[in-house]
Amino acid sequence: MATVAHTQTSAGQPGRSGAGRWKPFQIVFWLACLIAAIVFPLVFSSPAITTIAFFTLVFAAAGTAWNIFCGYSGYIALGHAVFFGSGCYTIAILCAHWHIAGGWLPFAVVPLAGVAAAIVAVPFGVVALRTRRHTFVVITIAIFFIFQLLAYNLRGITAGSSGLELPIPPWSGYVFNLPFYYVILVILILAVVTSWFVRHSKYGLELLAIRDDEDRARGLGVRTGLVKLSAFMLSAFFVGMCGAVWAYFVESIYPNTAFDAQFDVLIALMAFLGGLGTIAGPLLGALILQPVTQYLTISIGQSGLNLVVEGVIFLAVILLLPQGIVPAVRELIFRRFARRDAMPVAPAPPAPAAVAPATEPNPPDSVAAERS
Amino acid sequence: MSLLQATDISKAFGGIQALNACSIAVEQGSITGLIGPNGSGKTTLFNVITGYERPDTGTVQFKGADISKYGPDRIFGLGIGRTFQLTRIFPRLTVTENMHVAIKRKGLASLLGRWSASSEHDRALQLLQFVGLTHLKDAPAGSLSYGQRKLLELAFILVAEPQMVLLDEPAGGINPTLIGQLVERIRELNRQGMTFLIVEHNMEFVMGLCNRVMVMHRGAKLAEGTPEDVRANPAVLEAYLGD
Repeated sequence: MATVAHTQTSAGQPGRSGAGRWKPFQIVFWLACLIAAIVFPLVFSSPAITTIAFFTLVFAAAGTAWNIFCGYSGYIALGHAVFFGSGCYTIAILCAHWHIAGGWLPFAVVPLAGVAAAIVAVPFGVVALRTRRHTFVVITIAIFFIFQLLAYNLRGITAGSSGLELPIPPWSGYVFNLPFYYVILVILILAVVTSWFVRHSKYGLELLAIRDDEDRARGLGVRTGLVKLSAFMLSAFFVGMCGAVWAYFVESIYPNTAFDAQFDVLIALMAFLGGLGTIAGPLLGALILQPVTQYLTISIGQSGLNLVVEGVIFLAVILLLPQGIVPAVRELIFRRFARRDAMPVAPAPPAPAAVAPATEPNPPDSVAAERS
Repeated sequence: MSLLQATDISKAFGGIQALNACSIAVEQGSITGLIGPNGSGKTTLFNVITGYERPDTGTVQFKGADISKYGPDRIFGLGIGRTFQLTRIFPRLTVTENMHVAIKRKGLASLLGRWSASSEHDRALQLLQFVGLTHLKDAPAGSLSYGQRKLLELAFILVAEPQMVLLDEPAGGINPTLIGQLVERIRELNRQGMTFLIVEHNMEFVMGLCNRVMVMHRGAKLAEGTPEDVRANPAVLEAYLGD
């Protein structure tokens, strides 16, 4: 039995032995991504391209934030547009209230929009997080629609379907996109760094434990309610900031654009495509999907066919890449390396240990020895 | 004063009375066996003690304090650890990560720090050594065999240094060599002062290990005593063979 477990391990799981050797590559990779993201709008300065790049980063940041809660805890929320919309309306209302003129100043309101979204996440979470799995998904969708309806009907605050205007920045058309691009890039970097810290902290481990077996985690002293709610709020905070920057960019918001059902599905789809619960997954998903959806919306959006195509992509991802790209590629690479590593020990006698007692303290498993 | 005292616990699921005014007491430093036919309420009693189920009536006291209304996280924090009949580990975490879930962290800084850099990491590795799983420390727990999972579940409970451990069928589905090792481990921990309450169907295991045995039948305690007393008790035989 022990040997069976072993072979599974060496094949199935990347094994952390490889992790050390990959570290320098990882750092170089992330640095290269960062530099590419910084110089991108300077190289491709056409407003048409930087606009798509901006939207891509909005979704990359929101997807990363979504993943901090949903990816790690396994609670698939389809209601994060609530936080996005709360961020949109917060910045619009505050700018109007404080008579903030267009320019850099509205960006200072962005963190407040994040805080507002995190506050909204409290009642949302307290209600929704009592349920699990499919029920949770349904409840988040339901709550999303409640918020959209509120945005339509609380006319005193949101002006209903006539929407709200944001201040117009004085920048010329040619460099107009750049401030937005770099602000959302900063938010994205903060979200990725936060995601990394969560993933490697005890707190993140508790989220992952909740994903695997919530009741068992509770029985090991994990305060599941608190852990889930705080992660939900953290996630909402970043999504709210994304909404605020997006709202300032598009200059006018309406209940159906701020609280957009498509947003709910898209960020989940991006995380699924890239790899749920991985740090790079939502980034990769956004990088692939957002330009595609932009293109689809522009080319066939009028007939609504873009939604059909997006639905097809969603199904294809679920069917063909249930794990997402990042875990699939990682497994492929590690499997190849594991095979190469295993070569020298391959001629070892074909393990008679299949009948060995399950808990041989240290089986003479050369693969295991090599790995450790 | 007993370490753990459950008094008049009743618990019904729909029309089924799983526990019927059940009272037990577990002494500090003992290895107490809890036996009984299937459906006699042993696991339900475990669930009530560890906070997974609220009793309909009755109280559970641990070190003299009423814990009947506490949740599982709080009860674990007070020093009662348990394993499940159908072993429950975290399959997608590695064996080492599984160990770290149960490590208690005080304060926000330690909660947000890297788990692998914590001072408890060495203790987690020692316990893996103790149950003989060191060579699998980086494997995903889901790849472990059934017996290894049981050992892992025991190990990650021990990492929090509980005063009392409730084991639900620790020997079920495990090969005899491993059972021998398990008995040794339990005895060693007991010598260090840990109290055990063990549900088990393997009579050899119970009679050989426990210094006190309780028999449950139809949701209540039927008999109690030393293994010899219980074995000689005609009511016990009837409970197992009767109906």
